[in-house]
Amino acid sequence: MAKTIMTADDSASVRQMVSFTLKQAGYEVIEAADGKDALTKLNGAQIDMLITDLNMPNLDGIGLIKGVRGMPNHKFIPIIMLTTESQESKKAEGRTAGASGWIVKPFKPDQLLAVVKKVLR
Amino acid sequence: MTMEDKHAQTYLEEARELLAELEEAVLELENNMSDMELVNRIFRAMHTIKGSGAMFGFDAVAGFTHHVETVLDQVRNGVIPVTNDLAGLILAARDEISSMLFGASEADSAGREEIIAALRSLLPGEKNEGGVAGAETKEAVPDSGAEVQPVSSRGMRATYRIRFIPGSDTLRYGNDPIALLNEMDNLGELRVTALADRIPCLEEINYDDCYLGWDMTLISEADINAIRDVFIFVEDSSEVAIEKIANETTIGDAVTEKVGEILVARGDVPAEAVERAAKDQKKIGEILIEAGTVSKEKVNSALVEQHIIRQQAERHSATSIRVAAEKLDQLINIVGELVTTQAQLTQAAGSNGNSELLTAVEGIERLTGELRDCVLGVRMLPIGSTFAKFKRLVRDLSAGLGKEVDFITEGDETELDKTVIEKIGDPLVHLIRNSLDHGIETPEKRETSGKPRRGIIRLTAAHAGGEVIIAVEDDGKGLDTEAIVRKAMEKGLIDDAKSLSDSQIFNLIFQPGFSTAEVVTDVSGRGVGMDVVRREIEALRGSFDIQSKKGKGTTVTVRLPLTLAIIDGLLVESGRERFVIPLHHVQECVELTGRDINNTHGRHVMNVRDRLVPYVRLSEFFVTSDREALSIEQVIVVQAEDFTTGLVVDRIVGEKQAVIKPLGKMFRQADGVSGATILGDGTVALILDVPQITRCAQREEAA
Repeated sequence: MAKTIMTADDSASVRQMVSFTLKQAGYEVIEAADGKDALTKLNGAQIDMLITDLNMPNLDGIGLIKGVRGMPNHKFIPIIMLTTESQESKKAEGRTAGASGWIVKPFKPDQLLAVVKKVLR
Repeated sequence: MTMEDKHAQTYLEEARELLAELEEAVLELENNMSDMELVNRIFRAMHTIKGSGAMFGFDAVAGFTHHVETVLDQVRNGVIPVTNDLAGLILAARDEISSMLFGASEADSAGREEIIAALRSLLPGEKNEGGVAGAETKEAVPDSGAEVQPVSSRGMRATYRIRFIPGSDTLRYGNDPIALLNEMDNLGELRVTALADRIPCLEEINYDDCYLGWDMTLISEADINAIRDVFIFVEDSSEVAIEKIANETTIGDAVTEKVGEILVARGDVPAEAVERAAKDQKKIGEILIEAGTVSKEKVNSALVEQHIIRQQAERHSATSIRVAAEKLDQLINIVGELVTTQAQLTQAAGSNGNSELLTAVEGIERLTGELRDCVLGVRMLPIGSTFAKFKRLVRDLSAGLGKEVDFITEGDETELDKTVIEKIGDPLVHLIRNSLDHGIETPEKRETSGKPRRGIIRLTAAHAGGEVIIAVEDDGKGLDTEAIVRKAMEKGLIDDAKSLSDSQIFNLIFQPGFSTAEVVTDVSGRGVGMDVVRREIEALRGSFDIQSKKGKGTTVTVRLPLTLAIIDGLLVESGRERFVIPLHHVQECVELTGRDINNTHGRHVMNVRDRLVPYVRLSEFFVTSDREALSIEQVIVVQAEDFTTGLVVDRIVGEKQAVIKPLGKMFRQADGVSGATILGDGTVALILDVPQITRCAQREEAA
């Protein structure tokens, strides 16, 4: 059964690239435009992994990560944050909120897939 | 449109929207300068334009936008106040970005520089810097911190020691230690030991805590950074210790590390504790003395022997040097080529005729021969170490079978090529087992037959000609020719035994599945052994022979070539073909005339110094074409496996050192040929498998 990965990012182009890359690799993808959208879509659904931007309107990445970790069925899934190099403090905050790891933007499709393979068994 | 183009396209649309939003937000901000939510919106827009721009190739835009984002971040933090000037600057930046993305040309760098300068002047601490045109793309492509490294340098294999103890909250972060162990496993050979000492008892277990840790040994070509990268997401909250223990060249030293030393190296135990424990440890000799199992004097004398042996070993190792086997193989290859080239040189010098040249070339020939022998000698090892292993085998086996046997070895110092030694072990073990199981009788039986109670198995090795002869001799009950013949007829291998010599009867036992043992024991009797033994020995270009007398004993003699690489031979011609006859088989050369043929009435035998010797014409054996009928033919009398045969050729060319090149897979089955060599003039000469040809000739003659 294919694994389902959610990608949360307010940038449509990033969502498109992540979605395309993951689908090509055989994963199912759910897209969300911000943290609130993501949590709504997660209501009752089960994903196997979350890739989230940190900077999003309505509910940012930190809030989303905390929210997801609070859901019993998502307590142990791998969560990867998309960070930029100038966001060291945000990265630490994300980690505390429950993120498993990170990818620094900009990244290439190969890098994305490598990280997914690394954390998603 | 490629996928990259599509992403870029989407980005441009997105940017257009964002730029429009930006404009709106800034204009609003001018009326509500304290509305932080607007500042956030503006920041996010710039952030996205920059981040996604860098993703899809818009590096210049990303670089430029970075400056705006930096300032906006400080505005969010309250460090930079919102002013009309700021708003104007942001709008100017927005326009600049728009023209970079959608404008006619990107060439207006002057305007860009001004904006950047103005932005930077707003930043605390940078008020006095003016007009420094930083490279726009400088920050645009930071490297992805979590870039998972592929195995970077393919180098020597090394052995690493890794200790990984995940933090107890690891699972709650969604990190899976098993995934990390799998990643390690992909880097090479991994051995894992779990450290379970922190697991509390059942009532106290918190199910989402991680209590386990792992000690691992990894053998891998990956370098240490690739290994560290595996733990990149967990290293901040876990214990990760990676250390290289040894690489290929130093592993020999690492092998002597005792358990105590390893524990100290890992930091698990302080060095003093190990020292203390070692001192407290009772030596085996002491324990045995205390238990009354052995006397003090005997232990002391055993210790003296140990000391002497260690001294000897040290002396020996001080004057010897370890060499990688591959280096030796390479050396032999080069020497082989040298031999061939030298042959060419000799030939060319011969036809050239210059006497100075000839002298020098003779010198080279001599030196090449010496070098060849020397190099081959380097790979030779005494067979004694193999023999020593058998002592233990015989002792254990004979005890198990209830037989009393003395095991004697002779010729321990006989040297063989390293590969031959490695491969001869198994066949010899099998022969010894046979002797023990089927040869030597039980002590009672021996006494009733008037033999000494203890049987003897003698293992000898010696050089003879260009071969090594290894014999396994026992004074047991010998092979029962009648039983063999009976079994063979039972199995339908032969019809009758009237015309078979003893030797031929013995050879029957090499047929697969043959065994006259009444009872299949654990040791032998299953009948799968002897044909395998024969194959293994023939694979070494060896041959063997069985002598046996019922009631007296059996001797199996194995003949092996000294080296597998180079051979001294006699170069002969038959028709247009040239052959090399291994010199160690050659006894003498005689001539065959028409008269000799007539005298024997069509049978292929000739009289050689009053012996009747069968002969084989190579031209007939190999069906070469274009033979001119010669009145006088040359016969090389060869001996193999106690049979003498004459090989008839047209012409004897001379002696030749031949570097053996193996035959291709297709030709390996060919009868009578064991390899080939390249002559000085570039042509190929086949190397004869004399034992095989001899056997054929004997068969024909018997028929």
